[in-house]
Amino acid sequence: MKKELIRLVDCVMEFDGEAVLKSINLTVYDKEFLTLLGPSGCGKTTTLRIIGGFETPTSGEVLFDNVRFNDVPPYKRKVNTIFQRYALFPHLNVFENVAFGLRVSKTPREKIEPAVMEMLQLVGLKGFEKRDVSSLSGGQQQRVAIARALVNKPQVLLLDEPLGALDLKLRKEMQVELKRIQQQAGITFIYVTHDQEEALSMSDTIVVMNNGTIQQIGTPADIYNEPVNAFVADFIGESNIIDGIMRRDYLVNFSGRDFVCVDKGFDPDEPVDVVIRPEDIDVVPVEDGLWTGVVQSVLFKGVHYEIMVDSGDFVWMIHSTDAQVPGTEVGMKISPEDIHIMHKSSEVEIPSEEGEAE
Amino acid sequence: MRKSRRISFLALPYGVYAMIFILAPILLILFYSLFYQGSKGFAFTLDHFIKFFNFREPVYMQVLLRSVKTALISTVICLIFGYPMAFILSRMRPSVRNMVSFLFVLPMWMNFLLRTYAWMTLLENTGVINTLLASIGLPPVNIMYTEGAVIFGNVYNFLPFMILPIYNVLIKIDKSLIEAAGDLGANFVKTFIRVIFPLSLPGVTSGITMTFMPAVTTFIISKLLGGGQNAQIGDLIEKQFKSVGDWGFGSAMSVILMIMILIAAGFMNSYEKEKSAGGVLL
Repeated sequence: MKKELIRLVDCVMEFDGEAVLKSINLTVYDKEFLTLLGPSGCGKTTTLRIIGGFETPTSGEVLFDNVRFNDVPPYKRKVNTIFQRYALFPHLNVFENVAFGLRVSKTPREKIEPAVMEMLQLVGLKGFEKRDVSSLSGGQQQRVAIARALVNKPQVLLLDEPLGALDLKLRKEMQVELKRIQQQAGITFIYVTHDQEEALSMSDTIVVMNNGTIQQIGTPADIYNEPVNAFVADFIGESNIIDGIMRRDYLVNFSGRDFVCVDKGFDPDEPVDVVIRPEDIDVVPVEDGLWTGVVQSVLFKGVHYEIMVDSGDFVWMIHSTDAQVPGTEVGMKISPEDIHIMHKSSEVEIPSEEGEAE
Repeated sequence: MRKSRRISFLALPYGVYAMIFILAPILLILFYSLFYQGSKGFAFTLDHFIKFFNFREPVYMQVLLRSVKTALISTVICLIFGYPMAFILSRMRPSVRNMVSFLFVLPMWMNFLLRTYAWMTLLENTGVINTLLASIGLPPVNIMYTEGAVIFGNVYNFLPFMILPIYNVLIKIDKSLIEAAGDLGANFVKTFIRVIFPLSLPGVTSGITMTFMPAVTTFIISKLLGGGQNAQIGDLIEKQFKSVGDWGFGSAMSVILMIMILIAAGFMNSYEKEKSAGGVLL
């Protein structure tokens, strides 16, 4: 059974009377890779800072191994942080940056050097000990920050958008690297990001946040395949979100006709959000289609074509490996299990795709 | 390149100014220190310097040494008072901070002489402090015309020059570095010793420079508060020009002082560079 490590109970955080976090309840298990995912200003960094001890929640409890930790300062927590911009000490070289935590904890001298060297080896920076941190590239600074945190053998490592400053290629490499380090070191990672792809590829558990509340907690597959509301569906990957009406159990109406689906438990004729992933729609000859539309545009995206099809009341985004000719009429088909029905939620705001400066 | 050349003529007025009012006087001082006016015009001499470095009668060197000592003590006291003040200031909320730093700078808007005269009336044997002491039945203390009074005046006048550079460096230290130190297990004292203080050293060195230089050359403070027995090198130089009339000797002492300051400044600078090469500037 998974061992519980950290628990946030009804955590509320207010800055100048404004609620940044509204009653967060979250359990973090030992050795898991948990990602806090959400758009700018959703409260994910604040949640991380509460766990790290840099902020004290306005109300609610922070429990480490079931002991209240609200007022324990950062330096007494068995938690280490990788800061957004690394926060390496500019007056110390690579070795001394990594050794910082050990020196502060009065580790015997003869134990410091092997420990630091082992860490530099782990992050692939052997031979860089004497280098100035300012002379390192972004990726190397990132590795120093990881080594500096891990050398203290924390139970939990907090990472605040650690790959945000790196270019795409390096970011991909570091994603693999981080996952490897997490598994090798066998510690809990709590990772903050607004990049859904990063979250999906690295995490054991994803916590989707918006407007200071948790929208959904689940495995990457759960979150992607069974989003609980239109916000999560839209934030995790691209989606067609269309208004529909739940006729009765297993029957939904949208785009002017009824579709068989696998959802039930809605009120009769309840207005709902219908979410369909672009890759779940098949383009077929007109006579085979469940409904039809006219091809508006076709964009080559590398692995697939992104085809926009106008059915009169909605423009569908479809991912397909086959190209279509713009202007032709096509049929569309979908399996009942790929139609996701969600309650309308008044709170949901669809986020912009843009990055953030949190 | 071209652009900078096109606007470089804007520096001309200052260039002319510097030639006339900075370079020319220095050259004149050098000239006066190395030549004397004989019957056949000016002739080269080292007498002025020999007079100063007279080891059998080292009165002048003693004065120089005393000046350095007084200035050093003043600088150290400024550092001891100034650093904590700058640190406290840097940790205040920005609104309060601006207010307090304004209060620190405020006395500097008043004339330097006026301020020092004000201290005279406070420190005198029949001054405000001794009157107060007497009124509560305590014996008077003799402060005026002691080395202590000179140090007091130096500290009072030059303390802002220590606080401001340190404060400027402290407020620029990235908050996340302090958080990182805490995160890595350092409590406040360890964070200060291992992170904050080393990163504030450039401010400390420029604070020391900006306090020591005026303190070692001052003649007004020592003259008004120190009296005759506590004459500093600055007083001695002033006297050569104003009452003794030995311009050559006065110039020679100025040159010696100038060289000493140059060496000190060079030393401080090289230290600062070494530090910033360590990445203080990031």
